Amino acid sequence: MVRNSRSSYGWVSIALHWLMALGIFGIFGLGLYMVELTYYDAWYRGSLDLHKSIGLTLLIVWIIRITWRWINTNPEISGSPIEKKAAHYVHLLLYGVMLALMITGYLISTADGRGIEVFGLFEVPAMSVSFENQEDIAGDIHWLLAWSLILMVALHVMAAIKHHVINKDNTLLKMIRPTTDLK
Amino acid sequence: MKKLLLTAVTTSALTLASLFSVSAQAADYKIDTAGAHAFVQFKIKHLGYSWLLGRFNTFDGGFSYDAASPEKSEIEVVIETASIDSNHAERDKHLKGSDFLDVKKFPKAVFKSTAFEVKDDDNAVVTGTFSLHGVEKTISFPVQKIGEGKDPWGGYRVGFEGKTTLKLADYGITYNLGPASTHVEIELYLEGIRK
Repeated sequence: MVRNSRSSYGWVSIALHWLMALGIFGIFGLGLYMVELTYYDAWYRGSLDLHKSIGLTLLIVWIIRITWRWINTNPEISGSPIEKKAAHYVHLLLYGVMLALMITGYLISTADGRGIEVFGLFEVPAMSVSFENQEDIAGDIHWLLAWSLILMVALHVMAAIKHHVINKDNTLLKMIRPTTDLK
Repeated sequence: MKKLLLTAVTTSALTLASLFSVSAQAADYKIDTAGAHAFVQFKIKHLGYSWLLGRFNTFDGGFSYDAASPEKSEIEVVIETASIDSNHAERDKHLKGSDFLDVKKFPKAVFKSTAFEVKDDDNAVVTGTFSLHGVEKTISFPVQKIGEGKDPWGGYRVGFEGKTTLKLADYGITYNLGPASTHVEIELYLEGIRK
């Protein structure tokens, strides 16, 4: 129930999945909102601090999630062999885009050698090397990746609903609660 | 037709000759950006409580100057707007974006003098066109000669400073930084090496 089985995800994977889902929607919305704030908005500074804190927290969750996935079996993916393969690579791509997003975000804020404070608890230091116009290049890529991830997530959500409603299989259910019944 | 052509040739030859004589009188200087003995600084009030300082790291230009006839001086400075540096990456990113300099659309800011009004040996008022953020305006500001002479490495140098205040809204930069921060002070410290 805690660990994954061949028929469904365990509680740890389920919790990590939905925690990241919540974090990603939250940070995306916050990102869109904060860049529209003006200098005299009370949350002009706070929104960015929160965005950076959530981002680096998501990185920690990402590392735990990847490690957990590595040391666990994964449930069977439903569908034809091609669909299975596609689902597998899209999942990997999702993880890759998430990581790249966090890295580019980190590169924007640390381009001048300043570290990033996470909820005022600890500071993630900057790297000792930087490149020309780092904050601009990383910023452009960060923006592109953010929209790519959200579009991929939309696709991911639609696919889950399609499996549930049209195929009537347990694709969506196995990410909601662990099951022991073998199919 | 032949006569017209001849007149045209003569006129351009004369123009060339007169241009040549001017540049032969006044010495031409290259601004020493290679050795970083030149600075384009800016200064703007933060909330009205303190000053924020920054600079443009990349610019280029030259001037012609002759102590005997300073009124004939000329100067041109081209600033790469993307080189703005306020010692804070997140702020620099914002300043380079469309809220402020919009450096992708307006990569260069250029000042080109049109007149020098000499006040005394070391002081003058320069007038010229300044283009920033796609807006070109004629501005005048005082400049002061700091000194000139031989350098220890076989060259000849002269240095100037000049300060002016720009209203950001005049150049289409209207992001609200507060009532105390509507103007930015630009300070030029330029050392030229005689060509």
